[in-house]
Amino acid sequence: MLRTFRIGGIHPPENKLSAGKKITPLELPKQVIIPLGQHIGAPAQAVVKKGDIVKVGTLLAKAGGFVSANIHSSVSGKVNKIDAALDASGYKKPAIYIDVEGDEWEDTIDRGTTYIKECNLPPAEIITKIADAGIVGLGGATFPTQVKLSPPPGSKAELLIINAVECEPYLTSDHSLMLEKGKEIMTGVTILMKAIQVTKAVIGIENNKPDAIRHFQELAKEYTGIEIMPLKVQYPQGGEKQLIDAVMRRQVKSGALPISEGAVVQNVGTAYAVYEAVQKNKPLLERVVTITGKGVTNPSNFLVRIGTPISALIEAAGGIPENTGKIIGGGPMMGKALISPEVPVTKGSSGVLILSKEEAKRKPIYDCIRCSKCVNICPMGLNPTFLMTLTEFSNLEAAEKNNIVDCIECGSCSYTCPANRPLLDHIRLGKGKVMSIIRARKS
Amino acid sequence: MENNNLYVSPSPHIHSGDSISKNMYGVLIALIPALLVSLYYFGLGALIVTITSVVACLLFEFLIQKFLFKKEPTLWDGSAAITGLLLAFNLPSNLPVWIILIGAMAAIGIGKMSFGGLGNNIFNPALVGRVFLLISFPAQMTTWPVPGKFPMTYLDGETGATVLSLIQWSPKDVPSYTQMLTGDMGGSLGEVGAIALLLGLVYMLYKKIITWHIPVYLIGTVAVFTGIMHGINPAKFADPLTHILSGGLLLGAIFMATDYVTSPLTKNGMIIYAVGIGILTSVIRLFGAYPEGMSFAILIMNAFTPLINSYVKPKHFGGK
Repeated sequence: MLRTFRIGGIHPPENKLSAGKKITPLELPKQVIIPLGQHIGAPAQAVVKKGDIVKVGTLLAKAGGFVSANIHSSVSGKVNKIDAALDASGYKKPAIYIDVEGDEWEDTIDRGTTYIKECNLPPAEIITKIADAGIVGLGGATFPTQVKLSPPPGSKAELLIINAVECEPYLTSDHSLMLEKGKEIMTGVTILMKAIQVTKAVIGIENNKPDAIRHFQELAKEYTGIEIMPLKVQYPQGGEKQLIDAVMRRQVKSGALPISEGAVVQNVGTAYAVYEAVQKNKPLLERVVTITGKGVTNPSNFLVRIGTPISALIEAAGGIPENTGKIIGGGPMMGKALISPEVPVTKGSSGVLILSKEEAKRKPIYDCIRCSKCVNICPMGLNPTFLMTLTEFSNLEAAEKNNIVDCIECGSCSYTCPANRPLLDHIRLGKGKVMSIIRARKS
Repeated sequence: MENNNLYVSPSPHIHSGDSISKNMYGVLIALIPALLVSLYYFGLGALIVTITSVVACLLFEFLIQKFLFKKEPTLWDGSAAITGLLLAFNLPSNLPVWIILIGAMAAIGIGKMSFGGLGNNIFNPALVGRVFLLISFPAQMTTWPVPGKFPMTYLDGETGATVLSLIQWSPKDVPSYTQMLTGDMGGSLGEVGAIALLLGLVYMLYKKIITWHIPVYLIGTVAVFTGIMHGINPAKFADPLTHILSGGLLLGAIFMATDYVTSPLTKNGMIIYAVGIGILTSVIRLFGAYPEGMSFAILIMNAFTPLINSYVKPKHFGGK
């Protein structure tokens, strides 16, 4: 029997329309918009100014704190301005606009295609290199990688878990990367193992990617300590706590970090970025982005420079479909609905999904019939319908007692509800309020 | 690229397509085998009672939503039809139309709409209707026609006793297990025909409309309780299988106790609730004045459901 996490879960239609499509580099845009806050934590501080000439890989902004990340130029050209720009959140935030001229790279970056397997750097140096390259969690959470690789004092990592689950429907960016960059990913994994000084790693891949599983099982024969673990398809297995439960049969306690159970989880795309940063000196300046949707002419996996407007991807995939209702940055379960297609691709952009007007429309809401389906599928073991009611009645004290802050916002409850109740909308709101109360109490 | 007509809403952006009506129609489909069995044994009477009850429930739902709630009626979500069918299943097939109408009004009007409609009621509407009639018209509610083969009789049918009253008064006339399994026994419309009811259970489990917890724990509790009592005094107390196959036990365990709205939300809550019903039913059957206790047991545990919901939490991730 294949493993999966032990509480709740759903299995939405996979719709992996772009599966098996080769990764193709997207044409350079005329202008890129590179936001300074592409990661969780403090925004980066710009180190360039208007009129500066930059190359591909030039440092644009330095990490603005411990939990923050460097940002590099993804193109060569001239800094047009540093100004507010619309991002996936729907708000305008500071960003660096660069007018593209040619494609000139920094000399320090090894652009050759030779595969370099050996890495003899000590852990501290690996982590420094990863921090310099501005790598963040590429699964979508965008947590700065170097922070995750530096466990707090007193805790010790036992196992590296590579998240190659890609449980969001439609998305195939990780899948395509696994098929094409397997060797590099394996080296990235060994580098990460070295960085956190563990001898064991598990790569968790859902069973709907049999080609990737076979490929990696073949590759893993050359390595010691790396296990490929096929997992039963179940959403949200890509959630950090769910994946740890599936792989290690251990549940991270409420409010605790994965390291408390000895686990460090990294996305498979991050492992590839680590390979490029450590072995090739290449900062994180491009990534694989899936562009997909039932109305999209050519669902594709593009290699995209950070800062490219999403409209350029849509054009390259055959243009915007006639009856487009929603453009989503990310997958259908946890992605963000964009208010404009001019929003740029950032480090966390795993995909762009276009839904038709019919698919995008929400259905009328009815009273809760207490069918308990949301309770059964909640992967955190919460009571979504109860939490929604508590939020509606502003009973935040009770919401806190019922662990509202443990909600991972996976959306399984709203997805499942036969009465079309917007459970997560309310729970997210209540969670935000409860978290600010908790913060106020601490300070 | 000009496109400013984008929908913007928080995630998730897709829905399973599940709906209230899909679940309700699923329950209706699951009730079909039992309906066919009752039509076979009780013929015309069963047909009249069923149609009257279903139509009356739909009508009262429509009228109350339209003229009292002044809302768009949600007649076709299927919930009123289920109430109508379940109410009919709990009535003898020779009950006059006017009594059925009163029952339907009690079920929909008092049991469901007075609380605000589907999702807000505390008690199972069909059982509210049934118990209302049982207390108001005890004579009519406890004379059951004897089963035939598509009998064309309604009010004029020959009447007889149910298994549970036979156990109390005349144990030698209790029908065989085979008769009870196929429904060849006296009783309310839908109480007869264990196999047909179990078929409905299998269908609802397969379609994931309900989970197995309530029916299994409920029937199991009755089996254990009546088994112990039968062991102590076989002459006075019937064996567990007779108890399970007779009366409203299977109908109640499969279709009434599993009602979404009036049963607890969590697995452990469901178990407490089901065991509670099992014990109450057995106690009423073995020691009470009524031969059957299923309706009362379910209604009593319905009242405990909010309490169970507030004390029994789901198993929390990372919890003890």
